[in-house]
Amino acid sequence: MEEYKTLYLSEKDNVAVALSEIPANVSVAIRNNGKEIIVQVLEPIRFGHKFAVRLIKKSEDIKKYGEVIGAAVMDIEAGAHVHVHNLEGKRGRGDKIVN
Amino acid sequence: MQFYGYRRPDGRVGVRNHVLILPTITCATQTARRVTELVSGTVTFIHQHGCAQVGIDYDQTFRTYAGMGKNPNVYGVIVLGLGCETHQANRVATEIAKTNKPVEVVSIQDHGGTLQAIAETAKIAVKMVQDASIVKRELCDFSELIVGTECGGSDACSGLSANPAVGKASDLLVEQGGTAMLAETTELIGAEHLLATRAANDQVAIKAYQIIGAMENRSIQMGVDIRTGNPSPGNLEGGISSLEEKSLGAATKSGSSRLEEIVDYAEVPTKKGLVWMDTPGHDIEQLTGMVAGGAQIVLFTTGRGTPTGSPIAPVIKISTNTPMFERMIENMDLDAGSIVDGKESVDQVGNRILREIQHVANGKLTKAEILKQHDFGIWRIGPTF
Repeated sequence: MEEYKTLYLSEKDNVAVALSEIPANVSVAIRNNGKEIIVQVLEPIRFGHKFAVRLIKKSEDIKKYGEVIGAAVMDIEAGAHVHVHNLEGKRGRGDKIVN
Repeated sequence: MQFYGYRRPDGRVGVRNHVLILPTITCATQTARRVTELVSGTVTFIHQHGCAQVGIDYDQTFRTYAGMGKNPNVYGVIVLGLGCETHQANRVATEIAKTNKPVEVVSIQDHGGTLQAIAETAKIAVKMVQDASIVKRELCDFSELIVGTECGGSDACSGLSANPAVGKASDLLVEQGGTAMLAETTELIGAEHLLATRAANDQVAIKAYQIIGAMENRSIQMGVDIRTGNPSPGNLEGGISSLEEKSLGAATKSGSSRLEEIVDYAEVPTKKGLVWMDTPGHDIEQLTGMVAGGAQIVLFTTGRGTPTGSPIAPVIKISTNTPMFERMIENMDLDAGSIVDGKESVDQVGNRILREIQHVANGKLTKAEILKQHDFGIWRIGPTF
């Protein structure tokens, strides 16, 4: 298995960060506190971008650094790219205010 | 730790020895610029403010002008006005003169126009620059330093490499008795609960929630998604997906020290240790606020790369990733990309940053200084009338 550098910051997190360019359909190991999880990455993940480490259900909080960075706007499969197409920030959302 | 700095009449210590030509009104900025072209040792800044401002917006702009003049990196100031503007040059000069540093005033209207005003300002500047050149550096303690921290053009590495390394440097500076300044309130939205738990007392914790709430409400009142402006397109490209994600990365710049105080924009802290200045996330506006608030040096982390600098304070540019450091080497001072590559620890880079602060305090020029990157921008909080 080719080694792709990743960063999995907290066991509470449901996303990990690619620290190398990861192509589609490869197995990637993510590690935290000596524990290793293998994730089948489904699509290319660019350096610095995030992928789901497990299934994230629609409306579920997305966590990185062990903290909430937004919510899923759709079900996100394990190994899928997580970014603005499926993650919405929850703060500073004046557009969500109904007059 | 110690460094060689310039002791000013008010007791504060500068790491630079500039003569500042300070235009209080946009109408005087081109005249000020021409003086700096004639007289070496002088600096100025270009802006579009100073007239038809009222209330708290007037006060904030006034505090910013005066703070730039009062910053201990400035030996002396020539305040340059047009004459008829709201922000009267004499009033700004009177405030700066409270530091007992040399302050003079020139008015374009009183001197009969642009050319006479240039000549008069340049004549005063020649003497002031020569007087400044006689001042010797003396041994000063790190506790005299206020170091601003900032991140701009962030990428997904910012929260993993350069920002935690600046956090370490910030902790080390605080251990030395110095002051580390956190800012960019917008980019702490979503991380305020972490900072509030580190507050020195309840008042500071409550204020943390208050200023975050006020910043968030501005976007809510405008009926917009804050993400249309922040994270920026470059942040998104770099892998940051939401403001909260950016904030959690930005907050790591504050290290782990106790949060002693929260100050208003361009206000000088009354406490040493870690302080938070309430500024927007806009790079130049927050930089200007921190420098006007007395920061002699600023640490600036960047993932996408940025040239930003201040006319009076050295800005140390720290890259979050090595490819950008190599690509924009003329703008970058230090590389923290070694953390991402597993070659150095956060602590090692933090220590390297602290030593760089010492070098720069002693006189080592930063890239932004060498490239004359004299950025200035005031956080306006009211309309122009």
